[in-house]
Order: sequence, then structure tokens, then C-alpha cells
Amino acid sequence: MNTAGKSEKTLINLPKSLDDFFVKTAGLAVFAFRIVKEAFLPPYEISETLKQCYMIGYKSLPLISVTGFIIGLTLTLQSIPTLQKFGAESLVPSMVALAVMLEIGPVITALIFAGKIGSGIGAELGSMRVTEQIDAMEVSGTNPFKYLAVTRVIAATLMLPVLVILADAIALLGGFLAVNLFGGMNLQTFIASSMANLGFREVLPATFKTFLFGFGVGVVGCYEGFNASRGTESVGIAANTAVVIASLLVILIDMVMVQLISILF
Amino acid sequence: MTDRTESVKDNDILVIEGLKKSFSGNAVLNDVDLKISKGETVVILGRSGTGKSVILKCIIGLIRPDSGSIRIFGENFLELNEKQMSSLRIRVGFLFQGGALYDSMTVRENLMFPVIRQPGYKGADLTAKIEEMLDNVGLLNAIDKMPSELSGGMQKRIGLARTLMLDPEIILYDEPTTGLDPVTSNEISHLILDMQKKYGVSSLIVTHDMPCARLVSNRIVVLKQGEFTAEGTYDELERSKDDFVSGFFKFE
Repeated sequence: MNTAGKSEKTLINLPKSLDDFFVKTAGLAVFAFRIVKEAFLPPYEISETLKQCYMIGYKSLPLISVTGFIIGLTLTLQSIPTLQKFGAESLVPSMVALAVMLEIGPVITALIFAGKIGSGIGAELGSMRVTEQIDAMEVSGTNPFKYLAVTRVIAATLMLPVLVILADAIALLGGFLAVNLFGGMNLQTFIASSMANLGFREVLPATFKTFLFGFGVGVVGCYEGFNASRGTESVGIAANTAVVIASLLVILIDMVMVQLISILF
Repeated sequence: MTDRTESVKDNDILVIEGLKKSFSGNAVLNDVDLKISKGETVVILGRSGTGKSVILKCIIGLIRPDSGSIRIFGENFLELNEKQMSSLRIRVGFLFQGGALYDSMTVRENLMFPVIRQPGYKGADLTAKIEEMLDNVGLLNAIDKMPSELSGGMQKRIGLARTLMLDPEIILYDEPTTGLDPVTSNEISHLILDMQKKYGVSSLIVTHDMPCARLVSNRIVVLKQGEFTAEGTYDELERSKDDFVSGFFKFE
């Protein structure tokens, strides 16, 4: 076996030239547009969409919860000494709440979501493409794009904001635990202090962008899965590529949305 | 080869004329003509990678040919819209190479899926039909198993049972015995023959398996360089003087 040759093989399908980049970006854009269009056209795959919401949302709860808790706890623990130096210890809850709700909660949750759900969708649909299950669906009179892709993208778009809200809440719980253990602050003071600088103007735009994150992760996962070439190796490539592009897309959407939000609000 | 001027008969359920397809500039199908009558079983022989499966996928609409016409049950398949194509497709069964069972569903759900997805389905109980189809392929006991629990041969048999659920009038088989041991291949070949006798379906089979071709075919066509270069019964082609054609029969 030529293991050296094998290890050099690309395990990811990223654009190799500028042309390739534009072709891939255009392909992704057309795919996303088709998803939106078909989502509004009957028949609506309601039961399959609900099933995907369960698979994508409910099954991500443990991972998102643990991550949220640890992020909140460590962020607070690391902030306390710095703010103590300036005698601004009382601002810790407010700073943690702002950081978590506006940026860290949505972005970290979306990145973990991209890793778990983006790769999962890429691998699942990629394997269905390779083993001709998508073709089998098409020849038996079911539109696989609608049944497999639209349902997953809708589920990802709707579930990520819910997961982010949950992750934010659990992160704040972690933050409270930190200030309570190391600063002796009680719950009432923590809540009052952390919510002091948070209003709908801060929270709503930050929540809105998570719909876009979810949509982006879903679209990239489905696009990579549907476009997997023949051969079992392409399943791994589809999963890997989906994670990389979805993560990058989350960061890009975040950057654009932060600018837009600061202009609009 | 099939004479294009010959009129299309009423019992011709599949008529392909002048089919051409190329991928990235490489011509795979140059000029394919084929007719299949009601109840007839035709086997396509040809070397690997010469476009046999492409013909099947063009017929079912998974690949769009560059030119040519495909008439199924008298309708020009390539001129239909998506909805018309979808309703015509369910009269055509397709058995994929690996069976293409849905991984996430049990055997029962796999067999139910094509039926419950039809627009006219009113919630009828499918248990009797599912059991009949599984009994046909001798796998009634696998009804609640997942595809991952089944062997390759079993998956193909379940794939055939699923194909039969929509009562197709013609079944396209993409290498139904590839990758199976001779005993299982023989079982699948007999199954194809039994289903033809029982349901009177026409069949178009792509295979390299000569015992299978001998058992099931009424007629064999040989694909070479994107065209059918020979046609006849198994016995006729076995006596062919053409080196390419006789190459398929030499092993025996």
C-alpha cells in the first residue's frame, strides 16, 4: 500500500483556484436560493421537518449545555482578577452578560453546531448520495431536495436560535456560580447587575443573527452532502468540507451582521 | 441494429432512438437505439465503464442525454415537466446496484416509503402487500430489521421487493448480481425470472453475469463504443464470429 501517497490526498474539498472559488460560491448561492424558494412551495414536509428539529435541536442539547456552562464559568473566572485590579468587580456580571449574549454565546454555539450538525448532515447526505439512496428517492416519485435538504435547513435555522438562548442562560448560570464561589455575590444581585445593560436593542439583533448562522450551517451541510461524488472517500470529504466552510461562514456572517447591527440600531 | 424507420408498435413500451451522451467531452453513448416490448426481457452486455448504467439512468431521468429521444409507454419522456415525469417514473422500477435501501428506515418502512409518498395515497394498510413482496423475495423474517443488519444479497432482494411495491410495468436492473457469490447470484437471477413470470413485467438488465443473462434474457444487446453492435438471443450471440461478442461467452 502506498500510504505516503494516501496521506497526501486531500481530505477536504476547498476551492483550488480563484475560478474554483467563484464557481463554488455561486453553486452555494444557487443552492441556498433554491432552498428558500422550495421551502415556500407545497408540498410541505411537516412531519419530516419536525423529525429533523428533534434530531438537530434536541439531540444537540447536552453538548451545547455543557459548553455553555464551561464558557460562562471560565469567562467569569478569568475576568474577575482583571476587573479587581481596577476596583470594578461589581461590573463582572454585566460584562459577562454582554459578552455572552451578544457575541460569545451565539458564535461559540454556532461553531459547535457547525461541527456537530454541519458535518453530520454532510456525512449523512453524502453517504446517501454515494449509495444511490438519493437517486432511489427521486425515481420513486419523492423530491429528495425537498424531503432531505429543505427539511434539514429549516430545522437548523429554527433550532440554532433556541440552542443559543439555552446556551446563553446556562453560561450565565456558570458565571453566577463563579462570582458566587469566588466573590460571594448572591443570585438577586447577579441578575440585577447582569441585566442592567441588556435591553431588547442588544438582545434581539444578536438573536436574529443566529437564524442566519443556522441557515448557513444547514445549507453548507446539505450542499456538500448533495454534491458528494461517487466513492466512500467522498463522504468524509463532504463532512470535513462542510465543517470548515460552515465555520468560516458563521464568522463571516457574524462580522457582517455586527457591522449592520451597529449601523441600524 | 434496430431500424429507425420501423414503426413503433403498440406493444413497444420503451423506445430509445439516437441517444447520445458525453461527459466532459468524452462521448459515452454515441447512437443508441433500443426497443422493448411488453413482457420482454432485454440484457445489455458491455465492458465496464462503457456507459451501460448511463443508458438506464437516462431512461429514468437521473441523467439528461445530450440528444435523442426516449419514449416510455408512448410518452416522450424528455419533453415532460417534472410532475408528469414523476408520475411516469412510478410505472418504471429501478433496482440499484447496491439495493439503495434507506439506512435510517427498517425494511418495512423502506417498502412503505414509495407508496405512502404517492399523491393518491389515502392511508391504506400496506401490511399485506409488504408481506407479499417480502415473501416473493424469501425475506419475510427481515421485515423489522435495519438495512445494516442485512447482507449485500439480502439488501438487493429487499431492493427488488421495494421496486415491486409500486407495481411497475418495466423494471431496470443495474448489475443485479455484481459483488455476490455464484450461489446468491443464481438466487437473484431466479428471483428476476420468477417476478417476470408472476407479474408480467418487462425488464432491461445491465449485467456482466453470463449465467444470469442466459437464464433471464429473451434478447441480448451488446454495447461497444457507445453503440449497440450486436443483438440476438443468448444462443445466437454465443455462436457469433465477432471477437468482441464472443469474448463475453469464452469463459464457459
